[in-house]
Amino acid sequence: MEGTVITEDQIDLLLADLLERYGYDFTGYSRASLKRRIHRLYSIDKAVSFAEFRFKIANDPVYFKRFVEQITVNVTEMFRDPGFFKTLRNEVLPKLGTYPLIRIWIAGCSTGEEAYSICILLQELNLLHKSLVYATDLNPAVLEKAAQGMFGLSQMKQYSENYILSGGSKDFSSYYTAKYSLAKFNDDLRRKIIFSSHNLVSDRSFNEFQLILCRNVLIYFDRDLQHKVISLFDDSLEELGYLALGSKETLEFSTVSKRYRRLPNEKVWRKMT
Amino acid sequence: MKTCEALVIGGSAGSLDVLLKVLPDLRPDLPFPIIIVIHRKHGADSLLPELLKGRTVLFVKEAEEKEPILAGTIYIAPSDYHLLIEQDLTFSLDSSEKVNYSRPSIDVTFQSAAEVYEDKLVCMLLSGSNADGVKGLQSVKSYRGRAIIQNPADAQVPYMPAQAAQNVVIDASLNIEDTAEFINLLS
Repeated sequence: MEGTVITEDQIDLLLADLLERYGYDFTGYSRASLKRRIHRLYSIDKAVSFAEFRFKIANDPVYFKRFVEQITVNVTEMFRDPGFFKTLRNEVLPKLGTYPLIRIWIAGCSTGEEAYSICILLQELNLLHKSLVYATDLNPAVLEKAAQGMFGLSQMKQYSENYILSGGSKDFSSYYTAKYSLAKFNDDLRRKIIFSSHNLVSDRSFNEFQLILCRNVLIYFDRDLQHKVISLFDDSLEELGYLALGSKETLEFSTVSKRYRRLPNEKVWRKMT
Repeated sequence: MKTCEALVIGGSAGSLDVLLKVLPDLRPDLPFPIIIVIHRKHGADSLLPELLKGRTVLFVKEAEEKEPILAGTIYIAPSDYHLLIEQDLTFSLDSSEKVNYSRPSIDVTFQSAAEVYEDKLVCMLLSGSNADGVKGLQSVKSYRGRAIIQNPADAQVPYMPAQAAQNVVIDASLNIEDTAEFINLLS
């Protein structure tokens, strides 16, 4: 954070521009983290002054795209928190297996690692053929990447370890083909995923699901926005459906929580009838 | 006038030992919160708060997102998240890229705390083998807060406090045996 410090007032100006020019509303984001991301980009891109930085974001759509890509957090991995995926494998997905069609929504899917992980589980449980996985994000750039299904080969050692810890027993490398420094995941996993743009702040419910995953997204929202998004999930979840949040996120403070029962040890809640 | 509204302690290799020795001697009516950021392996999550709970009469807990930061409480940054502080004195968590190969990163919490507590902040950097925390201490100083280090000669792994001593104007360099008393006299 050497040199320039962007003030709170300047951040307010930026956020107002983004809303007015592009319809992106970041005003309900947790301020400390958002501010840090903006500072980081300001310093990586060696902005000359705040005025110039602001002008470029407001008037250069290509730079605006970069801005959104950089200030939203896109850190994810396959089978992150293996214990959570074990619960999906052993408890949640087998219950959903009784439905004729399984609809899953991954909200804030980023570059898609979680979507491919879910499809591997579904395939191993022989449920993939009757599943649809909607993977959405507000950021078009990450969706393009997600659709390619290619991740760094150097990551595969850790993903394979996560996979095994989550109860996987196959050879993880059978799910991808190595191409130079990338691992290209098999097309049959990709076939049941619909990647599409959706902004949790401004867009509405678009379907009913039996499982919604939204992990490590709510931590970036303030309480009001968290409540709003949780009620969007509640509207989008069938009775007896499951909602999964990140390891440090909770439904506890929400008004809908009375209708939900938490599974032991994991951040997974089931909607009661 | 109150001069310390929060104490943030950062440490890496060799720092747990310091905490285990210092915490038992802290006074029970500490008028500010202590926020601890320790590098550790992802997965060893609830172990650290449990371990520290046994060493102090102060209330020890893992910091949770949106939680109000209260005096007399010791908060531990959860593993695999950066810990940030909001202007309304609540915590935020952030799972973005590692900083200095670390998440939680000490720099991130020091910098965030500096922006909120400004000159009413005391940050302390303990034993460790990388330079995480040094830039953070520079931010603390730029807001006229106080930068404290463990005396490198007294640290199991001197690199981290030594880097701070080289790059930051340090307000105090403490031996383990003097640390609890120093904290007790902050107000």
